[in-house]
This record gives sequence, structure tokens and C-alpha cells, in this order.
Amino acid sequence: MAKMTLEELRKLRAQKQDDLQKRDIAGKDCQIIVGMGTCGIAAGAKVVLDAFLKELDDEKIENVAVTQTGCMGLCYVEPTIEVVVPGMPDTIYGKVDADVARKIVKEHIVGKKLVTDHIYDRPSVDIMKNGGR
Amino acid sequence: MSVVHVKINGIPVEVEAGSTVLAAAKAAGVKIPTLCNQEDLKPTASCGLCIVKMEGSPKIQRACASPVQEGASYITDDPELFKARKTVIEMILSTHPAECLTCIRNQNCELQQLAAEFGIREQPFTPRVRRLPKDESSPSIITDPSKCIKCGRCVEVCQDLQGVYALEFIGRGDEVQMVPACGLNLSESPCVKCGQCAAHCPVGAIYERDDTDKVRDAIYDADKIVVANMAPSVRVAIGEGFGLPEGTVTTGKIYTALRQIGFDKVFDTNFAADLTIMEEGNELVHRLTHGGVLPLMTSCCPAWTDYMEKYYPDMIPNFSTAKSPMQMQGAVTKTYWAEKAGIDPSKIVNVAIMPCTAKKFEIGRDSNMSSSGFQDTDISITSRELIRMIKAKGIDFAHLEESDADSPIGEYTGAGTIFGNTGGVMEAAIRTAYFAVTGKELEGVEVDSVRGPEGVRTAVVDVNGLKLKVAIVSGLVNAKQVMEEVRKARAEGAEPPYHFIEVMACKGGCISGGGQPYASNDANRAARTAGLYSDDEHCAKRCSHQNPSIKKIYDEYLGAPLSEKAEELLHTTYQQRPLYK
Amino acid sequence: MAVRNYILVCGGTACESSRSKEILKALQDEAVKQGVADDIQIVQTGCFGFCEQGPIVKVLPEDSFYVKVQPSDAAELIAEHVIKGREVKRLLYDKDKASKHAQVEDIKFYQKQFRIVLRNCGFIDPENINEYIARDGYSGLERALFEMTPEDIINELKTAGLRGRGGAGFPTWMKWNFSRNVESDIKYVVCNADEGDPGAYMDRSTLEGDPHSILEAMTICGKCIGAHQGFIYIRAEYPLAIRRLEIAMKQSRELGLLGKDILGSGFDFDIEIRLGAGAFVCGEETALLQSIMGHRGMPVPRPPFPAVKGLWEKPTVINNVETWANIPVIMHKGGEWFSKIGDADSHGTKVFALTGKICNSGLVEVPMGTTLREIVFDIGGGIANGKKFKAVQTGGPSGGVITSENLDTPIDFGSLIKIGSMMGSGGMIVMDEDDCMVDVAKFYLNFTVDESCGKCMPCRIGGKTMLAILDKITAGNGTMKDMDLLTEIGETMRKSALCALGQTSPNPIISTMRFFRDEYLAHIVDKRCPAGKCKKLVTYTIDPDKCKGCTACARRCPVEAISGSIKQPHKIDTTKCIKCGTCVKVCKFGAISVH
Repeated sequence: MAKMTLEELRKLRAQKQDDLQKRDIAGKDCQIIVGMGTCGIAAGAKVVLDAFLKELDDEKIENVAVTQTGCMGLCYVEPTIEVVVPGMPDTIYGKVDADVARKIVKEHIVGKKLVTDHIYDRPSVDIMKNGGR
Repeated sequence: MSVVHVKINGIPVEVEAGSTVLAAAKAAGVKIPTLCNQEDLKPTASCGLCIVKMEGSPKIQRACASPVQEGASYITDDPELFKARKTVIEMILSTHPAECLTCIRNQNCELQQLAAEFGIREQPFTPRVRRLPKDESSPSIITDPSKCIKCGRCVEVCQDLQGVYALEFIGRGDEVQMVPACGLNLSESPCVKCGQCAAHCPVGAIYERDDTDKVRDAIYDADKIVVANMAPSVRVAIGEGFGLPEGTVTTGKIYTALRQIGFDKVFDTNFAADLTIMEEGNELVHRLTHGGVLPLMTSCCPAWTDYMEKYYPDMIPNFSTAKSPMQMQGAVTKTYWAEKAGIDPSKIVNVAIMPCTAKKFEIGRDSNMSSSGFQDTDISITSRELIRMIKAKGIDFAHLEESDADSPIGEYTGAGTIFGNTGGVMEAAIRTAYFAVTGKELEGVEVDSVRGPEGVRTAVVDVNGLKLKVAIVSGLVNAKQVMEEVRKARAEGAEPPYHFIEVMACKGGCISGGGQPYASNDANRAARTAGLYSDDEHCAKRCSHQNPSIKKIYDEYLGAPLSEKAEELLHTTYQQRPLYK
Repeated sequence: MAVRNYILVCGGTACESSRSKEILKALQDEAVKQGVADDIQIVQTGCFGFCEQGPIVKVLPEDSFYVKVQPSDAAELIAEHVIKGREVKRLLYDKDKASKHAQVEDIKFYQKQFRIVLRNCGFIDPENINEYIARDGYSGLERALFEMTPEDIINELKTAGLRGRGGAGFPTWMKWNFSRNVESDIKYVVCNADEGDPGAYMDRSTLEGDPHSILEAMTICGKCIGAHQGFIYIRAEYPLAIRRLEIAMKQSRELGLLGKDILGSGFDFDIEIRLGAGAFVCGEETALLQSIMGHRGMPVPRPPFPAVKGLWEKPTVINNVETWANIPVIMHKGGEWFSKIGDADSHGTKVFALTGKICNSGLVEVPMGTTLREIVFDIGGGIANGKKFKAVQTGGPSGGVITSENLDTPIDFGSLIKIGSMMGSGGMIVMDEDDCMVDVAKFYLNFTVDESCGKCMPCRIGGKTMLAILDKITAGNGTMKDMDLLTEIGETMRKSALCALGQTSPNPIISTMRFFRDEYLAHIVDKRCPAGKCKKLVTYTIDPDKCKGCTACARRCPVEAISGSIKQPHKIDTTKCIKCGTCVKVCKFGAISVH
């Protein structure tokens, strides 16, 4: 990456906003986002991340991107993850362990059904959603 | 200078902008209680006693650290402030051993004074004194951490005033201690024994090693010939211990007191100061005229010498090889005088009375200190110790008759007496060096350009066309700046920035040494310095080379300055010393 | 294949206790009855954080939020919403448009939280600068560099009304303006990330989840005051935050958002990280600056204030992480927007780390002016295990307790001071009936005594002396005079300690003495600990009427203090009892009581 000018920053932002809108990362339309703050990691987020990667690999599912993010604030149900599947509501799961991770892949990603007992709500609306001032 | 107008308890006062509330209160004649605050040091604001209110502000300020605001009205005492201060004192007392009667600071302890002023009559808080072992490893200074109130003055003195960094804050909270790093004791630390920590300690947590019993034992030993020699600055400080005005010259009274205490002979270190000038002055002239290592640096201050050996060992070739006056005095006492008086030098106990705690270390620093074949100086006590001895003897010092020192090593000139203040060694050396170079006496012996209280003072003195560049340093932290200048010039192969550098470890010189009566402030320094300059003015002879007894010792015994005999008795060597052992 | 509707039934503790299980069953039955079982999925979820209005049912994808739903509503919900596609208006929360957030765009009513500081936490990959940029990251810096003068920036902050989030709430624009107005060739910008309050982790989460927001904010400040060097002082115990900051700084430098000639503007700014060694007092700004300069971290007297004379005697703006994290949003959305959030006293939001005896512990960000009741009972889901609420400690070891009578106090800087606590950095610890308030006070004091730097006498000695007195009281040896001494020392420390740590460390004691005087008196006069926490004041007894003589307690007692024969009531020898509590845990009949 080279140093940018103002114009280049604005161009980059527009392009990335578009990507984020489409939730499209390198041709993958589904996303699993794992909360990887110190709290999440301490509660087992790394194990969960590995479980997702292994399960997706075992099941030969290739349209799912697994990424990380910071703490979502739901400390009492760590580890927390978010699942984004086209045509389904974006869903946050809490108290996820390796078993639940496998269940999420089978039921949510493949079966297009929500996994009961582990759904939590994002604690707040997104103030940046509508962009602009 | 812009001024600020404020009111202190309703009293209008005008002070320089930037002054603290504490200073403004002082100007208004109002005393605000303090404990950690000390004039020499920047405010640490640790004790919390100087809290004051500013009308119209909800915040309570610390007078020591708050600059005055134009038009402000300060309240320094009200029931709330009084109560808080009293509670702070009571809390400090609950962690301080109640051992006033056996404490070295009994009757001159700042905490004791505050407790008395606030009328503390009971102890509301359960006593909680941390008992910690004393550090008696140093020949000069003893620390008693059990008595430490952690005001932080000693650390500030050691680091900011002296640049030595022997003392540190260790631990935190209730466990905090002011001690050398890494659990080392003082003798293993970079301590240079200047004793400024002791001079600034408000309580009995750091103090000089007391050698007065050794002196008494010698005096009461019928076999011993006990002789005294008193340093220049002692004569302007002892009076303070007996209620005389600061800076009063009491030379004759001290001689009398020493005799009453039981000293067999009373000499004066000022004689050896003149002797030092003969050696060091000629050394300077020799180096100037023979392409010797320059700048030449004075070596009479043992704390400075220790500091140089630890922090600037590369300056050893620059150091004057001349011993300090105390050590020269000792060497000639046990050789020249012993021979003349027909006394077996092994029976002589030579007691030095010094403003200094480092002198206690210097008397045994290496084999050069035994050039007479015996330890040249047996005991070195401080001014404070002498005051205690005079008091213990029941002497009414203020009303004593004056007497003279014993001859021939008690006679001195004005040049010898000004050794006690910053710039004095320089001035004395110039007076004699001028004569040595030109063969003529310096007209108007007072060299004003080298006088003054600044931490670093530089001057160019015209010695018959030779522009002598000099620097005068007091307060060890200031030595760094000058040493770095010298190092830089040396590294660049440039001309040395100075020909001659005088360094005294303590701010203002020996008059404010670590062993002097407690009064570390600039007004006191000015008074003691003025005392020495007036002693100089009152001397019949004001240049060392004019001292008849000095002429005599060279004629009868030493030959000439820097002669083989003089080198053997009056000069020494230096060695690099590690910062930590 | 995805279904038509997802019906989410809240299964949080509070909702479950108000019959959410029955609702779930009723909905399932109705779905079958009305023939839509295959078109929808009904799932039980975790707490939605709006417990006061529970039980809660949410229907997706419409995002319809139904509150106070009863099992009898199931038929209507299926028939109307699922089959006819019409929301059941009478159950919707949105019908109440009079809510105080109504003017603020974008806020949905069913969520109490409003995230400015944490806007990106949980949304973006913190190790990918592109995601930050995509969410309007560095657009605040764009404005600051190309569209605004330093004065404009100050004015924007002034309009926003942002106050420092580190505790004292000093107006941020004033601080910046002081530094801006001092003439100096060198100035510094410092981020205080030395978070140390027990139970607080707001800053850590912000740094871990959104490191670029701090970098962007510090650069904006640099532009405003004319500084070219920033320092982030962060405790070494936060390795993940440090790593993410380092990655973020590297990415920013590569893109020219940090370093020389930022975005071609000609403005230079760079940041270095300084690691703290974990001393709490280094969160105090003057001690922190000492530590950055390589000195022992001890507070020094103010004035001079760092904004005028800080690092190496140069003007230095120092703000904490949360304050910084607000800056890019203010620059991006404008001070006007920001000023509308919160209440009259304090604008914007506040992040709290909600912990203690609470159902939903977590990191919450609420608009200023939200009440404590909303945080504890709505967001936090109330007290765990059905116990009774006793108090909340805000402001960490510098704050005080807030009792149930003040639960409706709006949370802002002014209101909290009025009720004897303070905002602090955002620790919020909930206590229930099992907590002994004397013990709680002792806990906090123990912390500050441990963390006192030892420099100033009122703090060093006062704290330790108070602790000794509290020890005495909790051991049953207290006297009424001790209450006076505690007050006396507390007042003295408030007035005469050098820094905020010492001045505020008596607060937990003063505050608990004020609100729970009866508990102190119980310890001192009755020699009793009402909560049963203070071991030395507690006795264990067996109720002979309830004891069945099962011997379970006697067998488990580690010191053989319990005796009795089978099927006969047992007895505890109080001289042997070590008050370990094992017997209480193993007794199946609730026969053992603690007094």
C-alpha cells in the first residue's frame, strides 16, 4: 500500500463501503464474525474460531468468510459471534462453544434455520449505518 | 518584573508574579505550616499541611505549589484548615516513633516543633510504626528509616541538588522508603557523603555519624596529646547553636571553648588552606606555563572528589594533586609540628572540626591519608557535633573570652578563611598565582568577578595579560554542566573552555556543608559568606604567600612548593570508583 | 430454505420468570393449529435487555418488537402477523412516541443503548483499516485537515459539549484551547489508556475493537493544537490492545494517515506507545506524564496544568481513551448532532462496565441522563438469582454507592456528584443483599491503599489508618469513636491529599457510612454482620426443628465442629467452627443459619 492523497482515501472509502454493503468478501456471500476481544478470547473464542474453520472445511462449504471483530459488549454470554446469511436476519449468537459452532454451521448456514437458545440481540443500533452527517 | 497584588488573611501584599502563595504569605508576615517544603527544593507538595483557601474557589490549594493570582484573597487558617492540618500531624505522629528524648534531632526537629505548635496532647490513632534497621554502613551518614516521614526531601536533594542519585523512592504506599536502589546500603551506593540529605531532613531519619565519644575518650586519655584544627566555615556557624546572629564570626570563642573542652593544642585549618594555595596555586602556574593538563580542578572538597572518581573518572588528570587543607594540616601536625614540639607523633590525636560529613570518609580514604606514618587526621567531627560537645561541657559560649590559636600552624591569612565559601578557593588562588606569575602583589585583593551565590559562575581574570578563564561551581548537580563542556572540548580537540575550575559539593560552599547547624537557605548562606569575607577583611595579611608561618614552614621544612617533601606529605592520587558495589 | 418469519421469544431470566416458556409453547401450538408451522421458526433467545417490558417477542424480518406478551396473545400474533402480515399494534413498543429519545434520529425505541464510542466494536475487524475507513473512519480527520481551522475544531467541540470521560468531566474544548494558545515549538498529545479501576474494561474493549478511532482522534488534536507527536500510555497487561494498536499504527503509516505529510496536507503527526507497569496511580495525569518521561510515576502538584506545561515542560493535551473515541464522530457528524444526545448537564454517551450481582454483565453505552434503574434492570436484566438489589458502586474506588432510593437519578456528571458518587471512568458494580457494605468499603480502600504511590502523607497514612479502623470494625472491635475518626480522616484526605487518588479514596467509606449507617452500627454496637460476610462476626447455628439428623454436615465439616447422632438434631461448636460455610452448602433442609 502506498501513501494516499485525500482523493485516494475518498475513493477507497467509497469502494469499501460498497463491499461492506454487499457483505461480499472475495466472492463469499456468508460471513461468520467472531468477537475476539480479551473477554471473548478468555471465554474460548479461539476454540470457537478453530471449530468454525474445521467444520466449514470438513463440510466443504466455501461461500463463508470467517472474520474477527472486537468485543460486542455481551460479556455475560461470551464467546459471541455474528452470522450473516443472505435472505436471513443477521444473527448474534452467545455462549458459543465448539459444539454450538458446528450446530450453527449445520442448522443456520446450511439449513437456513436459527439455532435456538443461543440467540442474543445486538445491544444497540448502528449510528454509522446511514453514514453522512 | 511584573507584580501581583493579593490579600493574605485580609492583609494586602504585593509580590513578584509567579510567586507562590506561601511566599506571598511570608511577605505578609503570615506563617503557613509546612513540613515537606524546603527553600532549596522545588515543592513536592507531599505533606499537605500548607493547604489554603482562595476566596470564591471551592478548591483547596497547596500554598507551596500554587502561584498567586492577581487580585485573589487567600485564607490561610480557619477551623476547617486547622482541623485538617492537625489531623495530618496526628497521623504522621502515629507512624513516627515517639522517641524524642533519645533522638539526635531532639529540640531541632521540624515535626516535634509542629506537634508543639499545634498543641497535640493525645494520640487519637493507633500507633503504627514500621521498625526498619538503621543503615550504619557509611562512615559519614546514618539513616534510620523507622523515623523517616517520607517527605522526599532527601531524594530531591540527592537527585536534583546534587545529581548523585544515591537515594531513590523504593516501594509504594505504606511501604515506600527513601533508600539506595536494589536493596544496597549507602556505602555500596553512589553516595558521595556530602550530607546534604541530613542537612535537609526535617526529622532524625538521616544524620551525621556521631564521633564525639571518640574525641572525649582521647581527651580523657592522659597519654594522648589531643589537637584540634578548625575549618574556615566552622567559625561563622557555631554561634547559631548559641543564639548568636547568623554569620557571626566566633573564631576566638571557639578556640577558648576547645581549650575548655580539653584540647591540648588548638590549631586552625586555615593555616593549611594557605598551604593548599601555595601548592595548588603553584601547580596551576606550572600547568599553565609548562603545557600541563588543563583545566586544573580543585580537590579540597571530598564529596566532589568522590563524585569525580565515580561519575567523571576521566577528569583524574585534571585534578589538583594537592590534598585538602584538613589532610595537609594533619600531615604537617604529625611531622613538622611534632618534630618542632618534640612530641612523639604516635601520641598525637588530631581532631578536625569540619562543616562536612564527607570529611569523616576522607580521613581514611587511602594510604595517602597516612603520609606522616600515622593516620594524619584521627577524627573528624562536624560543627553540629562540636556544638553538642560545647553544650555538654556546660560552656556559656556566647559570653566566652576570645583567645588565639596555637603557633605555628594556627596562623592564617584572609585567603585561607575564604576557603569556606564558593569562589573563595578561586580567589585565594588568584591572589597567590598573580604573585607567582608576576612577582607583584595583586592590587586590591578582592576579585569580585569570582564572588557570588550562583551554582555556576564563570569569569575571565586578567593576570598580567594572561586571560585566566575560570569556572566556579557549587551544588554538585551544577558540576555536570561544566564537566560536559570540558569533555566536549576535549573530544573535539578544542581549547579547554577553562583554565581553572573550583567545585564545592554543597550549595554556597562549605558554609552550608552537610555538617553545619540546620539552616539550609539562601539568607543563611549569604550571612555566613558575609561573615567569612569580613574575617578576610579583618586579616592583616590577605594572601597565602604572605603568611609568615607559611614562609617559615617552607624555609624550615618543606623547601619550596611542589618539592619532593611537599609532594610526599601534601599531595595525593585518585582512582576510579564504581558507582555500585 | 429460509422460512417466512422467525419468531424470537426472549428466554432471559427476567422474561422467563414472567412466563416466556408458556408463550413459546402457545406460539408453537398456534402455528400448528393455524397451519403455518413449516413457514416459520420459533426460537428461544437470550436476554434482549429490556426486561422491564418483558416478556418480549420479536418477529423477523420485520423487526417487530412486541412487549408484555402473554400466552393468550399467541393466536393473534400468528393469525395477524404471520398469516396476514399485519403487525399487532397494541403489543408493539413503538406506539409510545413520547419517549425522550424521540427527537434523535436512528434510535430505535426498544434499545436503551446508544453506541458512539463503541460504534465499531463488534462491527469491524480491528486489524483491517479498510473496514474502519468504510465506516466513515478518517473522514473526521479529512475535515480537520482540509476544511477546518484549529479554531473551527475547538468550536465544534464546544458545540458538542464533550466533557472528559476519565472521571472529572472537564470540558475537552477548554483543555485543547489552553494548549493551542500556549506558544511553543513542541507540543504533545497523550492518550491515557492506563485503565485500572477494579472491574473496569471499557478502554480495553475500545482499543481492541476500534484502535483507529484513537489514532484518528489524536491526529485531529495534533492538527488543532499544533502538536506533531503523540503518546499512547497503555498498561502492559493489555497485550491484545497493544498489538492491535501497533497493527493499526503500521497500517495508518502505510496509507499516509500517520507520519509525514498526512494525506498530502503538509501536516506531520506520529504516535508512540509507552507501556505502563500496572501502577493504578499512573492513570492520574501528572503521574502518567512522569512515567512517560521515565521517572517514577508519582503525581506532581498542579498548576502548572499539563495543557500548559506537561511532557518535558511542553503543552500537552491528555485525554482518556473514551474521550478520544468520541472525537472522530463529533468531527464527522458535527457537534450539533452530538449535543442532542444526553441531557442538559452532560452531552453524549457514557460507557460502563456493568458487573457484580447482575444478570447481564457487560459493556454498555447509554446516553447521558439514562437512569441507573434502566441500566441495572433493563440492560442488565436485574439482580442475579432473584436476590434483592442493594446498591451500585460507580466511579470505582473513587466513587460512592448509589442506593435504591436514588435509582432514578439520571446519570450525568452533576447528578452523580449530588448523590455522593461520581462518574469515574465507568466501572459499575452491582451489589445485592448478600454484600456487606462495610466489607465493600474495605475492599475499595484496600485497593487504593495498595495503589497509593506513597508520596503524600494524607493519602499514605490516612488510607492505611482508615483501613486499620475498618479491620477493627469488621472484627467486632469497633467503637463509636471509630466512626468519628473515619469521618475525620476522610475529610482530611479530601482536603489535603495531593492527587485525585488520595482525595477520593475515602469516598466509598464516607458514602457507605452515609447510606448504610445501620450496617456500621450493627458491626459496632451489635457486633453482627447483617450480610453474614464478616467472618469474625458471624456464627453458624443449626435450627433443631429443621435438622433431620442426616449427618451430612457433620461428615463434611473440615474441623469436626458439628456433633450429633443420626436422626437427632445436630449442634455446632462455635469455638471450633472456622466459618467456612460448607455445612450451609450441604444441608438439604436449610437448617443451618448464619447470623
